[in-house]
Amino acid sequence: MSSQITGAQSLVRSLEAAGADVVFGIPGGAILPAYDPLYDAEHLRHILVRHEQGAGHAAEGYAQATGRVGVCIATSGPGATNLVTPIADAYMDSVPLVAITGQVPSGAIGTDAFQEADICGITLPITKHNFLVASADDIPRTIAEAFHLASTGRPGPVLVDLPKDILQATTSVLPADVWPPTLCLPGYRPVTRPHGKQIREAARMISAARRPVLYVGGGVLKARAAAELRTLAELTGIPVVTTLMARGAFPDSHPQHLGMPGMHGSVAAVTALQKSDLLIALGARFDDRVTGRLSSFAPKAAVIHADIDPAEIGKNRVADVPIVGDCREVIADLVAALQGEPRADLAGWWRQIDGWRRTYPLGYDLPTDGSVAPQYVIERLGRIAGPEALYVAGVGQHQMWAAQFISYEHPYTWLNSGGLGTMGYAVPAAMGAKVGRPEATVWAIDGDGCFQMTNQELATCALEGIPIKVAIINNGSLGMVRQWQTLFYDQRYSNTDLGTRPDGAGTSAGPGVGAASSAPRGARRVPDFVRLAEALGCVGMRCESLDEVDATIDKAMAIDDAPVVVDFVVHRDAMVWPMVAAGASNDEIRIARDIAPDFDYEEA
Amino acid sequence: MSTHTLSVLVENKPGVLARVAGLFSRRGFNIESLAVGPTEHDDISRMTIVVSVDELPLEQVTKQLNKLVNVIKIVEMEPLAAVRRELVLIKVRADLSVRSQVLETVQLFRAKVVDVAPEAVTVEATGTRDKLDALIRMLEPFGIRELVQSGMVALGRGPRSITDRSLRALDRTA
Repeated sequence: MSSQITGAQSLVRSLEAAGADVVFGIPGGAILPAYDPLYDAEHLRHILVRHEQGAGHAAEGYAQATGRVGVCIATSGPGATNLVTPIADAYMDSVPLVAITGQVPSGAIGTDAFQEADICGITLPITKHNFLVASADDIPRTIAEAFHLASTGRPGPVLVDLPKDILQATTSVLPADVWPPTLCLPGYRPVTRPHGKQIREAARMISAARRPVLYVGGGVLKARAAAELRTLAELTGIPVVTTLMARGAFPDSHPQHLGMPGMHGSVAAVTALQKSDLLIALGARFDDRVTGRLSSFAPKAAVIHADIDPAEIGKNRVADVPIVGDCREVIADLVAALQGEPRADLAGWWRQIDGWRRTYPLGYDLPTDGSVAPQYVIERLGRIAGPEALYVAGVGQHQMWAAQFISYEHPYTWLNSGGLGTMGYAVPAAMGAKVGRPEATVWAIDGDGCFQMTNQELATCALEGIPIKVAIINNGSLGMVRQWQTLFYDQRYSNTDLGTRPDGAGTSAGPGVGAASSAPRGARRVPDFVRLAEALGCVGMRCESLDEVDATIDKAMAIDDAPVVVDFVVHRDAMVWPMVAAGASNDEIRIARDIAPDFDYEEA
Repeated sequence: MSTHTLSVLVENKPGVLARVAGLFSRRGFNIESLAVGPTEHDDISRMTIVVSVDELPLEQVTKQLNKLVNVIKIVEMEPLAAVRRELVLIKVRADLSVRSQVLETVQLFRAKVVDVAPEAVTVEATGTRDKLDALIRMLEPFGIRELVQSGMVALGRGPRSITDRSLRALDRTA
């Protein structure tokens, strides 16, 4: 009888029926049955990664670049636990992700069997939901539910754990017959339609506000509401700030855009929020990296807070007008409610803002010793690769500079690990983004620390024909940690020297055995990123002087048949400014060490 | 801080208790009491959770609970509008010299003796927290050998049922 299939076949067909076209994964014992039907799946491409963490971040990159659900697959035990970091990352940044894991056979669960890990238990706090499948008959419905949960409401990761015997069992429930399966999620009812009364109240406050700011978070991108946001901004003339997760949601070149708020935000964005009388928070969550010390954040502002997740509203800051709903519908309704309403005169507010913008633009100093400023590399990269390219950052100084000095004009061109701050995100996420958007140029902007966490996926890129480009901003150290050591730990550079450049060891003189034993490293590069890149099947390049930066980027841009890695050796003492120290008030923003902006504190 | 009683309807599925309990500890809330059991509907279990929190954190934990996919409905039981009960079993020392006094105390609280041995009796009592505390205080002088208490269960007063609408929702998708 051909009407019987295995659970493994059901899984592959269900993934196809759910719309997956790519899965990132690596096989192992418990998931092995699934890899047999995967071998001849017609509509599902499997990309063999080198580490499960790479599979997870690749699926995230794919999802963030395309807006579709990213899928990764791993075996039981260590395969599954290696997915924990990307799953936690996806949870923090609300990335639609479905993780498929093999599990030891049902009968062996709970016996400490070989490669057994309670991955459902482990991922309980970092998934939107997870499933341990109990019967092969349930596979189509479970996969459909997983995709539905991952992609609707506030998106997030969903894990489906499949015991090996379930994959091997036969079932007569064929995905093709039951698709789309009836979902059984009685407790899941995300609210997407905003309440009309709240919208009217919000519109009334917006019309009356004298110093309003549109505080735009990643939810606007998740809701695919960039166009609606622009309409709202232009209709009202209200200044816009875009958080780290929302870069690209509003064009950087737009005159109403003040840049990024937060710990390393622009003076204009941070200060506009501080002095605002009305925050219109759209898909933002008042994260501590945005608010600084919460009690002194935007002290005079009333708050309109729109989010699809009711738990975000009032979590950190009390909302005067809470709006639960999908940001696209919320913004569209606000536009409708504001159309034809009298527009408040914001000229005085804009005069103040323009003063801050003029006096304190983002900037950086070129090092006097002739070494390369990392900000310059990133700025040139953004110029040369242009606003159509995708930029995927790791975590640290280079991430902040990439958020500051590249001009994002389109949504989904900026990918990074915002909430969890996962070093090692960039290379695999760029790989996933390139798979999802093969026509686009994809640049990973990575640090020399981050790069060493996940660069093995360059082998995947080389073999699978995924020509991403990687700019290593190589300052020879864990730069952001070093910056904090410079500022807050008396320049005691404990364990931040990575030795990835010839002068690496020299500047880390400090007390302790570690410093003394690091002396001989000075002349070497460990690893030599150019040779490492070549060993991984990529083109490797190095750039060590300012006048080579453009030519090197051009050369990297010209290669489209292989992954490229460029080792940009940059000034090691460059710091990210502006900065609000952790736990400090945003009023204490510094534009450089010990230099505060000179605000006119008079009320406008 | 004030005490709140939450009735939580959940899908009767493996792991739901761990999801709910884990959420409380993860978000930094202490559960004072928790009782879980079946309802009149096979697919739904009901948890009664007593927490001691302020109003605002309570709202946050309720919202977080609502985000759990297996949680169908959460209702806060208002103290005056709900019947709230706990059960206690107490093994109290009661040889012949004091047994009548023990039994008198048991009578007074409308509790009952469910097991008798030459040196001890086991007392079963249900009631509110206050009543059970009073009973325990009265029995303590005789010597409590062992004691076990259930979590609190609560049911709203009046004809309405919190399961009605959620049951219909479940039927639709079943």
